[in-house]
Amino acid sequence: MGFFQNLKNGVSKTRQNLGDKVMGVFTLGRRIDEELFEELEEGLIQADVGVKTSLELVEKLRSLAKEKKVKEAAELKELLKQEIIAILSAGEENGFMPQKGILQVYMVTGVNGAGKTTTIGKMADRFQKEGLKVMLAAADTFRAAAIDQLAVWAERAKVPIIRHQEGADPGAVVFDACKAAQARGIDLLLIDTAGRLQNKTNLMNELGKIGRIVGRELPEAKKDFLLVLDAGTGQNAISQAQLFKEVVPLNGLILTKLDGTAKGGVIIGIKNELQIPVKWIGVGEASEDLQPFSSADFVQALFN
Amino acid sequence: MAVFANLADKLQATFKKLTGKGRLSEADINEAMREIRLALLEADVSYKVVKDFVARIKEKALGADVLESLSPGQQVIKIVHEELTALMGPEQAKINISSHPPTVVMMVGLQGSGKTTSSAKIANLMKKQGRRPLLVAADIYRPAAIKQLQVLGENAEIPVFSLDGCNDPVRIAKESLAHARTHGNDFVFIDTAGRLHVNEELMAELKNIKAEVNPSEILLVVDAMAGQDAVNVAEAFHADLGITGLVLTKLDGDTRGGAALSVKAVTGQPIKFVGQGEKLDAIEPFYPDRLSSRILGMGDVLTLIEKAQIAVDEKKALEMEAKIRNASFTFEDFLDQLEQMKKMGDIQDIISMMPGNIGKQLKNIQVDEKEFSRMEAIIQSMTKEERIKPDMINASRKRRIAQGSGTQVQDVNRLLKKFAETQKMMKMASNQAAAMGKKGKKKGMFKLPF
Repeated sequence: MGFFQNLKNGVSKTRQNLGDKVMGVFTLGRRIDEELFEELEEGLIQADVGVKTSLELVEKLRSLAKEKKVKEAAELKELLKQEIIAILSAGEENGFMPQKGILQVYMVTGVNGAGKTTTIGKMADRFQKEGLKVMLAAADTFRAAAIDQLAVWAERAKVPIIRHQEGADPGAVVFDACKAAQARGIDLLLIDTAGRLQNKTNLMNELGKIGRIVGRELPEAKKDFLLVLDAGTGQNAISQAQLFKEVVPLNGLILTKLDGTAKGGVIIGIKNELQIPVKWIGVGEASEDLQPFSSADFVQALFN
Repeated sequence: MAVFANLADKLQATFKKLTGKGRLSEADINEAMREIRLALLEADVSYKVVKDFVARIKEKALGADVLESLSPGQQVIKIVHEELTALMGPEQAKINISSHPPTVVMMVGLQGSGKTTSSAKIANLMKKQGRRPLLVAADIYRPAAIKQLQVLGENAEIPVFSLDGCNDPVRIAKESLAHARTHGNDFVFIDTAGRLHVNEELMAELKNIKAEVNPSEILLVVDAMAGQDAVNVAEAFHADLGITGLVLTKLDGDTRGGAALSVKAVTGQPIKFVGQGEKLDAIEPFYPDRLSSRILGMGDVLTLIEKAQIAVDEKKALEMEAKIRNASFTFEDFLDQLEQMKKMGDIQDIISMMPGNIGKQLKNIQVDEKEFSRMEAIIQSMTKEERIKPDMINASRKRRIAQGSGTQVQDVNRLLKKFAETQKMMKMASNQAAAMGKKGKKKGMFKLPF
């Protein structure tokens, strides 16, 4: 399958890294001892899974090994896989893809440089090609030339863009976009917001306000509040997810830049601690490289 | 958030067990090392780097003398902190300036690390130092990247060089140098496109730019929020280009910033600048000790210990404690305290540096340094008797004190009220300290200076 192959290629680097470290531990015929568990813990930490989640996973594996009287390291591999899939797929919902005839809003948020605008550009291109009526809202009125950047994408994808001037109130942009999306029978409204660090209270409050405008103006629409996360991010991603969740009803992550050597293991920690699932992953430069996330495929590709 | 969100508390707990004196024993150190190892990992320091570092610390700490005034735990922290700081130094590495102007600075890094913003910030800093910088827009890939640099240049009143429609960054870089020479620009900042370190084609492009412009500096821009992968990125960029320095961005977030230690360790190149916000002037030189405290997550507890050691006279502190206990704290003592606190430096700083609960509880107390001098003046206008028995200060005494100190009666009233409040607060603090003291020895614990 093309999709699966793509995903596998995309996460192959992730796999290599997580794989090298974690899988190296499961050498054939190796006996299970304390050293093995310690190495495993280290491997997970090195994949950015985080100390807490790594310790939990290893602890669970330890008791499972005892309970099931596992003797060989290879058997542990299956158990670990199942554990990670269990974490990632808990409460996984199907059918979150936008559809024709139903207004769906993606409000895209994140820290500076995570890849919000690029992700939106790719989504616009992808869904326009699939026949949906897409509209962009340039609510990053802060960063220099952010509006222009999004406008270039709108032109490429041949979709309309709602924009104000630089420095304008992002709430006003979003309000206009909501009105326009309704009036023009849009299927997918993609809202680009300014990058903000999660500890900047004023900026986070502003984001909360934008979110409320969307909720108020489009009560009927399906709304996804998505956090874009750079796969290279370390444990700070957990703080990001937590604090963004406090101001908007965050219900999904977009993991970008998985085509490098970054492992993105922090998504396991985020899901484990905050129950926020990954919905999309970016595995390359092209629009097709933005793909829906599936935990089963992800872990499968990660371990094989 | 994370398990080790408050390492200071965690370490305190660990170190309570360590009551040994004199020299650090292996048991002391092993106990502390596990916590430190996990704390560094949680702060995103690369696993490899942590391993090396902990081994080094262990060697250093073993058998080290424990200073009279420190507990074994504090002694270990001190060593860890010093080593971390040394590893991240040197302080304030300057930008390399070419003897044949213009000085060329190449800005490189992953997508979204903050190259364009950092280019403008550093150029702006140079401009303020009397240089004539030129910004060069060599990111031809990201939509509107050139426009972004132009807008930033306009805001900072720094010229921006770009070639419309040119899709050859090497040529842009080359021609920008000629432009700089004819326009008298002595600094050229080349803003290159973000790229993945595994993209061979784009890495080759950087090598070509380097060969063409022979830069004095190649600065790798690193996101302070980066995780374990930061080492791979830094290693690859360094191997391909031979970077000469690092710029750490987005440190105004709540990240612990362990990636900084990783990239410093694997490249051996100094951190030259730190990005602290979105505004053009939000760039600072690098202070290794601040960052090492941050990575350890200890609320500058060490600085506090050091400052306290210097300023607070041990004996006086003991006397004070006794006074607080039996609530015989007077304006005399208050005056003493004011003087000691002044010796320790900025009050707000000190409060913010206190670890754990103390810092949190006192964080919201607004401290006005001028207010302190006013208080001093008022107390000095009191008689000895008044200072010991403030209850005797009636309306006419208040008028006299106000006149003597050049203040208003309201000011005197306010101080009297504040003093009563302080007494109350100290009672609370001393009760707390007593409760803590029951659990173990208090030797070496920092004593509140007021």
